[in-house]
Amino acid sequence: MARTLFIEGSYLLASVLFILGLKSLTKPDKARRGMNQAALGMLLAIVGTLVNHEIVRYDWILGGLVLGTLIGYPLGMYVPMTAMPQRIAISHMFGALAATLVGVAEYYSHSHHLGKGQMAALGFEVMFGALTISGSFMAFAKLQELMTGRPITYRGQNLMNISLFFGTLAIFVYLIFNPGNALLFYVMIACSVLFGFLLVLPIGGADMPVVISLMNSYAGLASSATGFVIGNNVLIIAGALDGASGFILSIIMSKAMNRSFANVLFGAFGSAPEAGPAKTTEGLSVRSVTVEDASVQLAYARRVIVVPGYGMAVAQAQHELRDLADLIEQNGGEVKYAIHPVAGRMPGHMNVLLAEAHIAYDKLKDMDEINDEFADADVALVIGANDVVNPAARNDKSSPIYGMPILNVDHAKSIIVMKRSMNPGFAGIENELFYDPKTAMLFGDGKASLVKLVAEVKNLKEARAAA
Amino acid sequence: MSVNVILELYVFILAGVVGYQVITRVPPLLHTPLMSATNAISAISLVGSLVAAGADRNMVTTVLGVISVTAATINVVGGFLITDRMLKMFKRPGKSEAR
Repeated sequence: MARTLFIEGSYLLASVLFILGLKSLTKPDKARRGMNQAALGMLLAIVGTLVNHEIVRYDWILGGLVLGTLIGYPLGMYVPMTAMPQRIAISHMFGALAATLVGVAEYYSHSHHLGKGQMAALGFEVMFGALTISGSFMAFAKLQELMTGRPITYRGQNLMNISLFFGTLAIFVYLIFNPGNALLFYVMIACSVLFGFLLVLPIGGADMPVVISLMNSYAGLASSATGFVIGNNVLIIAGALDGASGFILSIIMSKAMNRSFANVLFGAFGSAPEAGPAKTTEGLSVRSVTVEDASVQLAYARRVIVVPGYGMAVAQAQHELRDLADLIEQNGGEVKYAIHPVAGRMPGHMNVLLAEAHIAYDKLKDMDEINDEFADADVALVIGANDVVNPAARNDKSSPIYGMPILNVDHAKSIIVMKRSMNPGFAGIENELFYDPKTAMLFGDGKASLVKLVAEVKNLKEARAAA
Repeated sequence: MSVNVILELYVFILAGVVGYQVITRVPPLLHTPLMSATNAISAISLVGSLVAAGADRNMVTTVLGVISVTAATINVVGGFLITDRMLKMFKRPGKSEAR
């Protein structure tokens, strides 16, 4: 009795600490402490479980714990912040793998006396788990560039996926009424694994924020279903929290891209440029500037808004960007950062990258927060961003990105766009912002240009001090 | 449907509602740490893995259990560490110290 009380007590406390931990993430100042408490909750739940009377051998457990720690520690401590999306994708795979294997183990041990409710929960667990394993692995492979980030499509793809989905669902329903059919149980898992692969195959790199969020949600639901199977409330609660979080993030990401879930999953965005009366850019000219001119503009600007895009992260230019911002601030200017929800490859990725370059978080502004301030900005500095600043999303109904929420960069008094070349962005669409008379294009490698800008602005500052 | 399953559904739905209320208030600033945090927390499925690995029911269950303990532990250890590493970087306003 005392033992049960201790175990259940540890689970209850863990559940409370998990919720408080997530609540602490609403305040950047409190977040660290809250997450430490959540980690403590996890430790409590593990200790509580280890005294469970069902556990009779500890040697195997110890082996798993040690091996997991050996792999988990470097994954936590040494993975660079730029690699965060693939790091998170692979951890969804591990989470789903754990849930699925527990499900298989339960089925293997109890298949002949499973009730309908239990079998339904077990089915959910292994289906969600198995498709998350392969789906997350595919997302990882695409983000890590083990395979092409371009969508892979073929004829009849959606038909194939839909048939596989309903086929798997049919097996699931059959199994609820005939839980003893082990062969079908394993076929169902195989189908789910295959479905996960096929689901992510046609989704391009730029759509990964939605996929990662969705996989986050599925991994959580698989954990929650595990809780139903083994009758454990802390699993149900933690899984539901994870499921809700992933679901909310997927919706936010879909909205930010002006796409529905279904469109992301079945649309194969960017596979073929949509033929339409796209606005022609013939007859328009681009004004390019030298580093010297751009640096004069920046050195005397009072209000600067920086728009960092994925290109900046790829160039690893966030530290140089911060140097430039420091100089502008020393000259008496004010620098803010406008972050589009899909600026990185996963929700919030850009914020982490800028925070890593020691930029205070009060200067990192969400799209809704900063969009009205562009009109007052002397200079909007766009670095490696393209589609998220394309005014066509607002005013060109024929554009594939029409309706997508964008940053109002074109409202700024002047605009500097740092870009490697005139190549269009992920969506393959021309950007009329680049042809705006207010816009100056600074061509070249983002990082190299920033280094030069920093040097020039510094020179100007010293010249001014000497005068 | 047994009383147990109904109670479990209660817990699931209530937790989902609480999760929705809390998580919609997390600012986009912290969405990446949010995802790594929920990932670490849902690795609580380790609790199920531990029982499967240690109950000594049969060889298959034990092996599956051990792999599952390993996978879940990776997420517990790696997940909490990386969340903390990220949160540590978010500097308080006005304190962006010079390098």
